[in-house]
Amino acid sequence: MAGDDHEGPAEADAAALAVLFTRALRQAGLEAALGSVIMFLEAIEAVGPTDRRAVYWAGRSTLVHRPEDIELYDQVFDAFWVGSRPMPARVVVTEQVTIAYDDPDDAQGGEAPEAEPSSQPTLRVRYSDVEVLKDKDFALCTVAELDEARRLMSKIRLTGARRPSRRPRRSKTPTSRLDLRRTVRHALRSDGEALRRAYRTHGERNRRLVLLLDISGSMEAYSRALLRFVHAAVVGRTKVEAFTLGTRLSRLTRELQTRDPDEALARAARSVEDWSGGTRLGESLRRFNDEWGVRGMARGAIVVILSDGWDRGEPALLAEQMERLERVAFRVIWVNPLKASPGYAPLAQGMAAALPHVDAFIEGHSLASLEELADVIAS
Amino acid sequence: MTSPPSSVDEVRAGLEANGYLPDDGLATAVFLALRLHRPLLLEGEAGVGKTEVAKALSRWTGGRLIRLQCYEGIDSSQAVYEWDYSRQLLHLRTAEAVGRASETSESQLEDELYSPRFLVRRPLLAAIDYGEGPPPVLLVDEVDRADDEFEAFLLEILSDYQVTVPELGTFSAEVPPLVVVTSNRTRDVHDALKRRCLYHWVEHPDFEREVRIVSVKAPGVAAPLARQVAHATQAMRDMGLYKPPGVAETLDWAEALQLIGASELTEANVDATLGAVLKYREDQQRVRADGMAAVLAAVRGA
Repeated sequence: MAGDDHEGPAEADAAALAVLFTRALRQAGLEAALGSVIMFLEAIEAVGPTDRRAVYWAGRSTLVHRPEDIELYDQVFDAFWVGSRPMPARVVVTEQVTIAYDDPDDAQGGEAPEAEPSSQPTLRVRYSDVEVLKDKDFALCTVAELDEARRLMSKIRLTGARRPSRRPRRSKTPTSRLDLRRTVRHALRSDGEALRRAYRTHGERNRRLVLLLDISGSMEAYSRALLRFVHAAVVGRTKVEAFTLGTRLSRLTRELQTRDPDEALARAARSVEDWSGGTRLGESLRRFNDEWGVRGMARGAIVVILSDGWDRGEPALLAEQMERLERVAFRVIWVNPLKASPGYAPLAQGMAAALPHVDAFIEGHSLASLEELADVIAS
Repeated sequence: MTSPPSSVDEVRAGLEANGYLPDDGLATAVFLALRLHRPLLLEGEAGVGKTEVAKALSRWTGGRLIRLQCYEGIDSSQAVYEWDYSRQLLHLRTAEAVGRASETSESQLEDELYSPRFLVRRPLLAAIDYGEGPPPVLLVDEVDRADDEFEAFLLEILSDYQVTVPELGTFSAEVPPLVVVTSNRTRDVHDALKRRCLYHWVEHPDFEREVRIVSVKAPGVAAPLARQVAHATQAMRDMGLYKPPGVAETLDWAEALQLIGASELTEANVDATLGAVLKYREDQQRVRADGMAAVLAAVRGA
């Protein structure tokens, strides 16, 4: 093998170059853990450092762990070893597309939907600040109130939603399943006679919860507040997945796993490139179904869509994708912050198309309504 | 194969001789897995041939294929080892019947019960404590279906290729088994496990490779038909279908067409055999409604 013949300086150079390469990758935003770097060096030694293609694949199989990173790896590889492409910048700046809001119900444009809830404020009299805040529409909250609301939001616990698991556990009362391992242990103590029998029962596990948050322009008044709720769900419960829907689909589970809410939200904001852009609910949902949902993530899961249902795409596409989702999910819950406004009817084409495939349709404009959501999820 | 391969080309030749045609990336990843004694993690769409890799490796290396199919709730009694309880109970009863139970001490009876003869070796233990012969190929299939706890525990075993049975001691492999882990990516596999493994994202094969795969795996299919089928499935992969056809579907389809006596693709026989290649009603409808022309054009254009 080529690598074995190159002892001495050449070998050392190759190793040094390889380390520099991993540093370039890191600078471009592709994290390579020390263990992976060491494995990369071993791999280069095994394939021989002279063949560029071999080095490419040695790095691909040791430093890249997800298909999303392949493109970045290719760029850095070309820039570093070939010099044919510039080194990618760490922050991938994409063009912020701000799409003028286009009301699908009204060809003339009409009023901006974010103004809709605030145009009909609900007046309520309550005794304490917290009580008032509980029912206050996020869109009407002051900055201070929103901070307080977010703090309270992290207290909402998404419990319940259990399902039977195949993993058995010990049972105190007799069941139809004998725990043979324990029974044998007991029998040892009674001269081989299985006098005391131990039983097992099936355990329980959390059902997977998938949260899909609409971050389009029309949801602006709510999406940032709701993101805090999504964060609380991701850190407060096992088996939660979070995505944003906008002009594209972004998975936020990893970013939101950081416990510190500010840090988590900052990370989420950095990784999502289409805040307050247009809405392609049907298209984003199709991507969710194709890449994650129907493959397994949504199977048997509770899927919560947090959206006002305004969609610039074809309603037929949204209906088709909702139907696919409904077929694999355990339950589909649609949370619509606009539902709380008096006289609301699901007229937005997207909402109307999606409703037949929704198991529960609830509000999501205030703390109280999010508590209700927690109850619906647990039920 | 007796010693580790000395080059990537040797791996490619070895796999090809055993019915699997790898691309450069996969051949390199397999080569490195064999040389560095690391597990190989394969991710990719369903039907791109991830499981086949392990089977071909087993045929090539001569190591026994040990398969562990993962599912939700899988635990160590199904994955590593379990005691044969009914035989243990029987042994106790026998001891009692011949009057040994009262004279033998409890600890001695216990030693008898927890001896290798009552140990049931599940795939992970079997792959480590394999005895003589070439190291086996351990296929941990669809690891994304198991839960996180299982992954942590798999990582522990794959780190030092050791299993400890409290009653018996530690089993370890002198030459570790070749481990192939597959995932359909319904959820992320833990980073720690990924870092331990060599990673390869398995893509659909390109046209030429797909034609070769058909000729190797379905030798009964005539070459012109094989080329047409490969053109057609490649075209279908660009149609935004729910489930783009994988290699497995290409093979099924080619064989189905050959069985009904087709020598080339026509609208009629594509329509009749569409169920062999597309498994969703909506996908079939889409191809029948607007994709048929594109499929046939891809075939004719070739």
